[in-house]
Parts: sequence; structure tokens; C-alpha cells
Amino acid sequence: MATPDQVPPGQPPLLSARGIVMDFPGVRALANVDFSLRAGEIHALLGENGAGKSTLIKIFSGLHPPTAGSILLAGRELHLSSPQNAQSCGISTVFQEIDCLPQMSIADNICLCRQPTKFGLINHASVRRRAVAALARLELNLDITRALGDYPLAIQQMVSIARALDVDSKVLILDEPTSSLDADESNELFRVMRRLREQGLGIIFISHFLDHVYTIADRISVLRNGANIGTWSTPDLSRQNLIEAMTGRKIEHLPADRSTQSSSSSSNPAVLSVTNLSRSRSVEPTSVTLNASESLGLAGLLGSGRTELARLIFGADTPDRGSISIQHHSVPPGSIRDSIAAGIAFTPEDRKAEGLVLDLSVRENIILAMQSSRGALQPIPHSQQASLADHYIKSLNIRTPSPETPVRNLSGGNQQKVLLARWLAIQPKLLILDEPTRGIDVGARAEIESLIESLRKQGLAIIFISSELEEIVRTCTRVLVMRDHAAVADISTDINESNILSIIAAHNEEHKNGPQNEHAA
Amino acid sequence: MTPSSPRQLPASLWPALGILLLIIVNALFDATTGPGLFAPGSFLNLSFSSGAPAGALIDILNYGATFIILALGMAPVISTRGIDLSVGSIMAISGAVAATMSAAGFHPVASIAAALAISTFCGIWNAILVTVLNLQPFIATLVLMVAGRGIAQLITQSQITTFHDAALEFIGLGRPSFLPLPFPFILATLLFIATALALRKTALGLLLEAVGGNPAAARLAGIRSKLFISGTYVFSGFCAGIAGLIAAANIKAADPFHAGHNLELAAIFAVIVGGTSFAGGRINLLGAAIGALLMQCLITTMYARNIGADVAPLPQALLILIVCIISAPAFRTMLRTRKVPA
Repeated sequence: MATPDQVPPGQPPLLSARGIVMDFPGVRALANVDFSLRAGEIHALLGENGAGKSTLIKIFSGLHPPTAGSILLAGRELHLSSPQNAQSCGISTVFQEIDCLPQMSIADNICLCRQPTKFGLINHASVRRRAVAALARLELNLDITRALGDYPLAIQQMVSIARALDVDSKVLILDEPTSSLDADESNELFRVMRRLREQGLGIIFISHFLDHVYTIADRISVLRNGANIGTWSTPDLSRQNLIEAMTGRKIEHLPADRSTQSSSSSSNPAVLSVTNLSRSRSVEPTSVTLNASESLGLAGLLGSGRTELARLIFGADTPDRGSISIQHHSVPPGSIRDSIAAGIAFTPEDRKAEGLVLDLSVRENIILAMQSSRGALQPIPHSQQASLADHYIKSLNIRTPSPETPVRNLSGGNQQKVLLARWLAIQPKLLILDEPTRGIDVGARAEIESLIESLRKQGLAIIFISSELEEIVRTCTRVLVMRDHAAVADISTDINESNILSIIAAHNEEHKNGPQNEHAA
Repeated sequence: MTPSSPRQLPASLWPALGILLLIIVNALFDATTGPGLFAPGSFLNLSFSSGAPAGALIDILNYGATFIILALGMAPVISTRGIDLSVGSIMAISGAVAATMSAAGFHPVASIAAALAISTFCGIWNAILVTVLNLQPFIATLVLMVAGRGIAQLITQSQITTFHDAALEFIGLGRPSFLPLPFPFILATLLFIATALALRKTALGLLLEAVGGNPAAARLAGIRSKLFISGTYVFSGFCAGIAGLIAAANIKAADPFHAGHNLELAAIFAVIVGGTSFAGGRINLLGAAIGALLMQCLITTMYARNIGADVAPLPQALLILIVCIISAPAFRTMLRTRKVPA
């Protein structure tokens, strides 16, 4: 492992934390953490869920006073009492959830709670001037009178940055700013971040996307179990070393062993056959077949129709036309119950909003799909419920104090495993996973990937959707590339990132030249 | 991150404590300024009239039964993020149907069956508005809340219809010889057991809680949410029908103006104070039943302390406020953090 980067003497850090300790009742969230941020750098703060990243930034943003330790801004000690206090000292934070008011105008959003007033009334001219100035700093040119909700998420994200930044802001903290953005939007955000870096701001950047970290960060600090493992200059830290620092585990092989894949899968019995499935404004007519022991990746930009296609196959949305069959038996379109009965399982993109019932226990969430297909009047016997729950807690390595713990109390990765267990319990033939690794830590991610691999080897057909190409390349035996609501390529050999990217990019290029060129390509 | 919290106390404990508190307050009044702790006329006194126990405590069980039955119907509705404002009016309809038919000379079984059938139909009506027409439950059931009392007046031709039928009266006034307790309370207990068994011995409870806890997730798990939600309104209508029969039998008459008046609010209070949340999810049936008894305990206390009907709402409201504050999660968290030194 590379040696931790040393702060050169004589150059005082912009923001530094010394010996930060944070105790919550019964748990030490941060133990003696040192951290320093230079002016004009983008500093990535990484760690698994529960490593203490959130706690540290909450301390920097004035939400929690630390139990012990000190925070220095340009060498001067700070005692932050509230977020407003932190803001006025020059530390601005944009939290993960975009907390804007979509029905209000961009100008009002930027000046929210800090409206300039005249005689006790809001001075609208000054609100507009201030909003224009704030956006100009980010080199954004937007119609400030339009409702914020009319703009895409990326713009909303940048407006919340514009709101956070005061004229005299010195430090900007961004918590998972790219988690709901697609590749183009992320690049747009990175452009803004570089611009702010040139202006001398110190930016703390928290992300689960290692690609993004390597794209934008100058230095990387890794937290694990409440301790700072080290700080490295980005080029000095390989991905392998970074992941090992985050997890504290040696990772034997990051790229999966793929030598045995795809040679035999085409001869396996067909599981899914989709013919001309379409729904207006979300999926163009698409046909695809999938065999047992195949894992099909759906790649494409956000909004390319990946999720929409998956939902049509599962019956969560009703197609306008087209047919679906499982093992040559036709499945009535648009009926979730029929799809489940036919052996299709689907874990949605947003596991908290659409997947789990957070107040119900691990056991209850696991048996839910099985119980609902049996009907309310044929309850699964308690002993069988308990043994199912135990079985999946063990086999999927779900870390929970007990099967009766509410799922709400579990970490993201373990919640995802509970959702997987729910569907494995009905012994599906086709498993559709929409962004199963979003927002979960590296260790759990690796576990889920290897789980998918072993399910595939057991004969399941799998459809896997991910925004991270790297993950699709590692996990899938075939890739369906989607663009503008249509499948544009079906790759089963030479699956690699540059191949897929070139297809997406090529088609984007075509698109710019106009649709008439599409046949020529 | 957060430490494992100490084992949660059951939500039904709080209304039970409220009942205990009221009984103690009454006993203190009796012992100091009243006739004495167990003297005739005191709150804790139990006398025996014609072999059955009587007294304030028995009154609570007797009249509380109506609240319990309404709350049993209301709890599943609220657990699916709904509300049923029409139960008071359905009570009036149910009583009106039974009384009118009984006065017209129908067999009591026919009168009772018709009253329950029409109440159940009222529930189906609510269910259709909520699940087929997708109206907000508040608005959907408000329709029947307003219209229902009018329907009851139509049935009785705006009269208070009296009846004389031993079987029908027994529902409200009966004391079975094998178990000399008020029949309404026995009925409420049986209905409570039946509902609890239906929820917990089948998968109805789990699937309902999934629908209430996360409707989108329930749909993707293949649960027929609309069917279950409909079922809760139908059951609530059926329960209101039984409550309406009891209310009519109590006074041997159907009073379309006052029967069940404002009782939807009492039922909602009982359910909420018993630990079922408006946000949906877990159903606390026992809590709802105890909450209903607390409500009646409050009313009986007003009578026992000779607080006039004109003043009574104020102390009632105060007590409701206190119970709501102690049972509020925010208050309990405050208590807990107080104990842990910072």
C-alpha cells in the first residue's frame, strides 16, 4: 500500500480536524480522527457505510458538536454551534437529499430563508440579482424565474450548491452529489466543481462511485470504523489498495473469472422470450430471449429505457403491445401476480420506496412475496417462516441482530439482501435486479455480485441493471445496450467497458446528426 | 450507528395506565370528599342487582363495548393509511333499520340480519369510493357521514322509533345467566377474539400491514392491495352495524339524530392512542380496545364526579391531550434521553 500523503510543512491547511472523537450513547462513531483539507483541492472522503463519513461531515457542518477534538479553519479554532454558524464561518454543505422546493422559482430557491428585505418586505429585484450572481459563479445560465421542478435533477443539484455557497464560502462539502445523476450530468457537475476549485475553494466530496472519485478527486481519505486509515494523493492509490483500505480485507480477484462463461449458455433451455414489447413514450418495440444460466446486463444512460423495460417484463407497467413468455408459456402482460406465478422476480431500483416494508421484520419481509402468492387464508406455518428466515440470513450472510428486527434498522446492503431473499423464496426462474448495488458499500456490493454469479450458475436467468458499466462487465454474460427507449445492441462476446461505451457513444453521435443517418450506421 | 434501544414498551400500556390513573383519581375523590372508598355510590363499589354485578366499573365495560367494536373496525382501516368517518352515521342507519323492522313486526333475527347487511353494504360503498374511484378516504367516508344520518331519518321518518322485542333488547341490556356480565361487553370480547384470530392466524394481518406500511412495495410483491383495503372498510361498516344495534337496544329505540353522534372521533382516538399510526403499518388491536375503554372510563368519570354535560367536554379534552402527549414517541424519547447522562 502506498504511504499516506504528508501535508507539506509551512502550508497551513484550509480546514483541519484534530483528534476528533464522537460518542453516541453506546457507540463511538469517530475515534481520534485527523483530517485536513487544502484550499483549491477536491478531497474525496471514502468509507463503507457506518465508517463515520456522515458523522464527520455533520461535525464540520455544525450539526453535532464533537465529544473531543478541535476544528481549525485557516489555523483558527472553530466552535460550531449550528449549521447557520458553520455557514457564516464559510463552511457550506449540500446533503445527499436534494432539499429544494420544486414548485418555487430558481431565484427563490437560491435565496430561501436568506431573502434580502427592504422595509421588512422581500426585495424581489435583489433576490434576482443575488440568484444571477450565485449561478454565474457556477457558470450556469438558467431562467431564474422558472420553477426549479421544470429542470432535471442535475440542475436541481447545482442549484442547491449555488444556494449553499455564500460569497465568502471557503469550504464546500458535497455528500453523494452524483448518486442520482447519469454520466453526462455527473460530468456537468464535475465541471462546476473544477471551476470552484480554481476559485480556491476546498471541496470535500463523498461518493460511493469509485469512478467518480478517480475522475475528480485530488486526494483521498479513507475512514474505517470511525478511524482515519490514511490520506493519499489520488494517483498514488490503486483501486485495489483503496478497496482494501475501505474494507480492511484483502480482495483476491476484482475482475471475475470469466473463462467458463457464455460458451455453454446459448445451448441452455430458453427461460424468457419477449416479443415486440412496447409502451408509448417509455419503451420502443423490443424483443429479447434469455436462457437459463445467462445473466443479461441492461446498459445505457439513465432514461434510456432500462428500468422501463424491466418493469414491463415484470408486469409492473402495462405494455401497449407485445408478448412475454416464460419457458414457452405465455404470461398475461401487465399483471404482477401472473408474472410472479410464472416465476419472474423483480427488485426495484429504489429499495426503500418500492421494495421493502421498513417497519416489518426481516422475517416478514422475506416471506412477503411467497405469502401473497399463497393467499391470505393459507398462512405459512410459523416453523416454516422461521426456517426460511434463518436459511436466507445464513446463506446470504444478512447481518441482523435477529429475524424479528425491523428492516429499517439494517444497513443498505443488508436490506438489499433481504429483498433478494424475498424473491429467492419463491424460487423464480427469472430474476430482474434493478440497480441492486446502488448506495451500498463496497463489501456488500462484492457479496451481492458473487451471489448473482452463483445464482446464475445454479440455472437462474438474470437481468441485471446498473449505472456502473464496470459492474455490468464483471457480472453479466450478455449485455443489451439501450438508448432512447430502444435496445440497440446485444453483445455476448468481448464484453468490456470501452465496447459498450463506444456503442452508447456512437449512437449518441448518430442521434446528434439526425435520425436520417441511422440506417447508414 | 445508533445503539440498540432498550426493549420497547407495548403501545397498549399507555391507555391502560390512563385507565388506572382515572380509577385512582376517582377512588381518591370517593375516599376523601365522597362516600368512602367502597361505599355504595362510590366508583369502586360493586352492587348486585338480580344476580348481576353493577356499578361504575361495570358501566365502563357495558358502554365501552360500543367503542371497542367501532375501534376494532377502525384499526385495520387506519393501518392502511385510511380513515372511516362514517361509522357514527352507519350506527344510526343500523339502529333505524332494526327498530323500524321490529316495530313493523318482523322476527328479530330478520331485523338484525337486515341491519347488519345494510351496514355492511355501507362499508362496501365506502370501499368502492376509496379503491375504485380512488377518492381520498377522508372525503369518501365524509359523504356517508353526512348522508348517512339523513338516510337514517328517512328510514324512521324523522321519528324516534321505539320497539319492544326481548331478543333485540338483549343485545344492549342482556345479562346472560351463565356469565352475568353486560352482553355488549361479551359481544365486544368475542368480536375482539375473532378479529385477532383472523388477523394473526391467517396472513391477513401481515399482508394488511405490508399494504399500510408501503403500498408501492406491497404491489410489487404481488399483494392485491385494493382487495385488502376494501375489506377493511367493509369490516368497519359491519362493526358499526353491530355498534348501532347495541346503541338502539340500550334505549329500546332508534334515535336517528343522536345514535352514534361523534362516535367516529371516539373510535379514531381509541385506535391512535392504542398505538396504530395514521402513517400506516402495524395494527395494534389490543391497544385500540384498551383505548376504547379509556374513552368510556373518561365519560363515566364525568358522570361519577357530577360534571355537567355542558362542562364535560373540557376536562375530557384535557385528559385526551395528556394521554396523547404521554403516548407520543417524541415525549417518550425525551424521557429516555433524560435518564442517560449526556
